[in-house]
Amino acid sequence: MDEHGGGQERQLFELGRLVKAGLTQPLGLMRPGGVGRILAVRSGEGDVERGLLEMGFVEGACIEVLHHGFLGRDPLAVRINQGMTVALRRGEANAVLVGPLLDQSTGAGSASRQEGPIS
Amino acid sequence: MTAGTLAVESFRPTRIALVGPPNSGKTTLFNTLTGGRQKTANYPGVTVERKSGLLKTPGGHPVEVLDLPGSYSLRARSPDEAITRDVVLGRQARETLPDALVCVTDATNLGQHLRLLLELRQLGRPLILVLNMMDIAQKRGCQISVEALSRQLGIPVVTTVAMRKSGVQDLLGQIDALLNRTPAAAGTAAIDDWVEPSPAAIRAYHREVERLLQEAVVREGAPERLTRRLDRVLLHPVAGPLILLALLFLMFQAVFSWAETPMDWIDGGMAGLQQWLSAHMEESLLKSLLVDGIVAGVGGVVIFLPQILILFLFILLLEDSGYMTRAAFLMDRLMSAVGLNGRAFIPLLSSFACAIPGIMAARTIAHPLDRLVTILIAPLMTCSARLPVYVLLIAAFVPATTVWGGIGLQGLVMFGLYATGIVGALVVAGVLRLTVLRGESQPLLMELPSYKWPNPANVLLGLWERAKIFMRRIGTIILSLMVVLWFLSTFPASPASATEPAIYYSFAGMIGRALEPLLTPIGFNWQIAIALVPGLAAREVAVAALGTVYALSGDEGAVTEALTATLAQSWTLATALALLAWYVFAPQCLATLAAVRRETNSWRWAAFMFVYLMTLAYLAAFVTYRVALALGGG
Repeated sequence: MDEHGGGQERQLFELGRLVKAGLTQPLGLMRPGGVGRILAVRSGEGDVERGLLEMGFVEGACIEVLHHGFLGRDPLAVRINQGMTVALRRGEANAVLVGPLLDQSTGAGSASRQEGPIS
Repeated sequence: MTAGTLAVESFRPTRIALVGPPNSGKTTLFNTLTGGRQKTANYPGVTVERKSGLLKTPGGHPVEVLDLPGSYSLRARSPDEAITRDVVLGRQARETLPDALVCVTDATNLGQHLRLLLELRQLGRPLILVLNMMDIAQKRGCQISVEALSRQLGIPVVTTVAMRKSGVQDLLGQIDALLNRTPAAAGTAAIDDWVEPSPAAIRAYHREVERLLQEAVVREGAPERLTRRLDRVLLHPVAGPLILLALLFLMFQAVFSWAETPMDWIDGGMAGLQQWLSAHMEESLLKSLLVDGIVAGVGGVVIFLPQILILFLFILLLEDSGYMTRAAFLMDRLMSAVGLNGRAFIPLLSSFACAIPGIMAARTIAHPLDRLVTILIAPLMTCSARLPVYVLLIAAFVPATTVWGGIGLQGLVMFGLYATGIVGALVVAGVLRLTVLRGESQPLLMELPSYKWPNPANVLLGLWERAKIFMRRIGTIILSLMVVLWFLSTFPASPASATEPAIYYSFAGMIGRALEPLLTPIGFNWQIAIALVPGLAAREVAVAALGTVYALSGDEGAVTEALTATLAQSWTLATALALLAWYVFAPQCLATLAAVRRETNSWRWAAFMFVYLMTLAYLAAFVTYRVALALGGG
């Protein structure tokens, strides 16, 4: 995604529009079976953001919530791009903003590939 | 570079480091490459294992292969990953910069694994990319153009199936080609300029991986189905925890019932050795040292080898199959309630065999605070060295009756002792996280890899490693402790007018009697006090020491039997219960303290653990004794 200048402004505007329309939600609020496309990965603490990025939570990736834990529905098991499955707690998952899967108009996703990598 | 210079340099084998994300099959590839010719050592200062092996390429180059800990990124998050970063960057003490890097990736997960390769490529060092598990990728209908990938990346790309030596020759050939082409002293400018990737840099790597895959992936494979189906059951909110419980139950059954026969063999062998030595040696100090000190002491520890191996067999199978991360997933919420990480489940489970491998397994916990808490509570898991003491006291004091319709009272007490340890550990963890070790908990962020059949060679090699580590410990620390303890309990010799057993007059006896006033409030007599002195080194030694104090002789079995009868007569129930409570908490294992010192790199934490466990043990024994007395157990 574009990190500079007008691109970022436009992107934030788009995000705000989607949130208002109720089309986006933090990953931490999603239930098993829920699918979507990652719109933004933002966290106050820098290392959480980098950790999420390194595990594959990046703008444009498709996610599917597969399971949750038996106590307090925590943690979550999330499949990224139909490939790797990652466990994370709802607290960290809230740093990931998820929009509808088929919506291509966000400008936040750089991925042109539709469904997952090769696996 | 000419062949001549290589020949000169080959006195030092070319060093190649295997780097790759976790679950890329890197270690299996390493095992296939080096076979049994591998060496495990520790990096100085930390107990991250340094695994290396020697091999000769088809071109005749001697090569030392180094298996680095798995890592998603060079931005290290755990001590293990820091080693990978430092070795790759040539910053690791006593480790020269590898001559070439081999990046191992899972061909079915390239979208995630290629980022590490891009990070490595930035370093400008000789690099080969391995697409591992190519068979699985192809089975799912995936087609990758190796040529396109190699062209795009500008480095050699090799496909392998690590488990089946397929492609390994190819890899060796590429290593040869690389060695003939690249001067060993390739530039290090990029390495000196290395900085941790920023979030923006990681996003850029993501985009680059997308581009590469578009160029190189001819056809995408179908997603994995089996793991999904299995997880639907194994991670089910109700079935999942029940299956985990059942697995743990099976594991402990196995540890205690399967190990019985080999333990009897070891016991018989040691007893035979003692008898043989007794019969064939002159009465002398040397004989006493050999028979009572070394054989009895070392035998008492070696006997746990079968239990430890069976427990590790289970742990290795669960780890290799991919289930262990599911266990961590299921336990995370429960453990996060006391400030622990789901990953702590694995070290704590190992601690039921022995706290030392458990403490070592805590290395996989990235966050220093989480790791420290896990290490500090590991000795509260009931290790197998406590069993002989539990068994002795329960047999002597708890009637073999049944309660509540068929539940054995003795077994119930045993379960209670285990449960007390676990509950104690959780409470201690919670208190530590609220006091001395306050701080943010680490995010979980853990890959749940695809299930696969455990690789027998990996599991056997792992077991062999554990057995070697355990036996080496026995040959060094425990052996020397036994000699010291023998000295303490043999000298000075008892006077001619002795009315008590010889140990009463020894240094151990003096220390024990000096401690007695301190231990009277918790119901311990001088015999217990003396037995606790050698028992400080290793818990199970206390049984043998009690035998000595009560002047019983014979082989181990006979002593235990006679001791059961003697104790039942001479101790009160309150004393026995107090000693059991003491044993749940007391830090009576010098080897564990040494392991904590090594893992935390400070005596401070080892001392802290000793003091807090001692305090807990004293309080628990005191309360147990007083309550038992009040209830008429005197």
